[in-house]
Amino acid sequence: MADPKDFIAGVDSNAKKSPRRIVFITRRTSAQVKADTEEQLQTFPEVLFRAAVAVMTLAVVLVWSALLFNAPLEGLADPSHTPNPAKAPWYFLGLQEMLHYFPPVVAGVLVPGLVVMALIVIPYFKVNIEAEGLFLRDRGRRLRIFYLFASGLSLFLLIFRVYAALVPTLIMAALMLFAAQSSPQSPSKLQRYLAARPLSYWVMTWFLFELVVLTAIGTFFRGPGWSWVWPWQGA
Amino acid sequence: MAKTVDQYFDDLQHTRVWRSIFRSGTGSSTLKRALAVQQNVFLHLLSSKVRTRMLSFSATLYLGTLTLGTFLILVATGIPLMLYYHPSVPQAYADTKDLQFVVSSGMFLRNLHRWSAHAMVFLVFAHMFKVFYRGAYRTPREFNWVIGVILLLVTLLLSYTGYLLPWDQLAYWAITVGSNIASAVPVIGDKIHFLLLGGHTVNANALLRFYVLHCMILPLTAMFFVAIHFWRIRKDGGLYNHDSEPATVRSRNGSPA
Repeated sequence: MADPKDFIAGVDSNAKKSPRRIVFITRRTSAQVKADTEEQLQTFPEVLFRAAVAVMTLAVVLVWSALLFNAPLEGLADPSHTPNPAKAPWYFLGLQEMLHYFPPVVAGVLVPGLVVMALIVIPYFKVNIEAEGLFLRDRGRRLRIFYLFASGLSLFLLIFRVYAALVPTLIMAALMLFAAQSSPQSPSKLQRYLAARPLSYWVMTWFLFELVVLTAIGTFFRGPGWSWVWPWQGA
Repeated sequence: MAKTVDQYFDDLQHTRVWRSIFRSGTGSSTLKRALAVQQNVFLHLLSSKVRTRMLSFSATLYLGTLTLGTFLILVATGIPLMLYYHPSVPQAYADTKDLQFVVSSGMFLRNLHRWSAHAMVFLVFAHMFKVFYRGAYRTPREFNWVIGVILLLVTLLLSYTGYLLPWDQLAYWAITVGSNIASAVPVIGDKIHFLLLGGHTVNANALLRFYVLHCMILPLTAMFFVAIHFWRIRKDGGLYNHDSEPATVRSRNGSPA
């Protein structure tokens, strides 16, 4: 009879919002307690209405595009006549730009394979979960590692003359150095913002920057023989 | 006294036929509205309530919703396009020409399908980056992020397979350039290339394969994963907002960005 109780009891007594609830928490289990109750809207009809408005707005934009701009249609496919340049769809032009610098097994298989792998594992690594500014703790050591990576990558891109990828890398490196010089106490808002960015932010933003730049170059700046042309030079 | 439209609709909802179709019953109480979601085979994938804060435009930019919107437009335009299209050489090209110049609204259908496809690829990328910058891949949403990456790949494949179907020079050489990359895979590259095209070059077999992939296999795959993607949003606690997470999960996941 003298055994200590195997549970603790709690009462949620906000009778206006919910019926009285009594919870028993045994030692081996724990209840997930909500931080707070915040305002919610019913999915039916409020949220569905907003979703419908969003989709309809998009549909209006797309219908207008379809009325104003015609989809391209060239001559019948001719295996004996290769257009110059032969371009992939726009979302693969970043890859095609990479193929210009590296052998297919690197640019066509290794790089996209690594990108997909990297995307998949993002949520499973603690470094992507932590949201602390990259240079706020252990600054000296992290700066040394940063210098090593940034100069190594830049040198690699320089040796292979991948200037298209080198320029965004250098811009990102400069931004990161600026962030390293900043702190949460910095006077400017931009510096405070940059100082609070974690490593995952920098890596993803670098990737996004490269993706946009390489895709744009492949789309607008490449002509016959994959040579550099300005968009206003025409075909 | 004349009845209003609302009253007619109300009467309709009380008829035996209506009640036999919709399980949730009628009325505008919170309970009935929740049931309208929970008791519907399509809507039950969604939460019955959403945090008001997450419905502001800046919270998500509605990118996921808009991606679904493009997908629906693509299905709605793709099916009529299939009625006018033979996946054979060189008939495919002639059919595309007919869509441009003979079929009523054929040009409009093809334009809308094409621009919506580009929009969908763009929106999927935008959605992914927005989710990343919100940190919405955090526990317990890891696997839904992975499903999202799968859906990104399925979207790219859908767009890529559709690219060949007009069978013009643009289509032919874009697919030739793209499929040659498959050959670069070590050891089994040529096998993959052959499997994809049904031959050593882009030919009639490739067109048929891409057609089947584009109209059957990939859309069904997309629907399968989209269903899981939506259902997991509900199961994992609704649209992610750092401040709304339970305190235990929040401390495990670090301080807010």
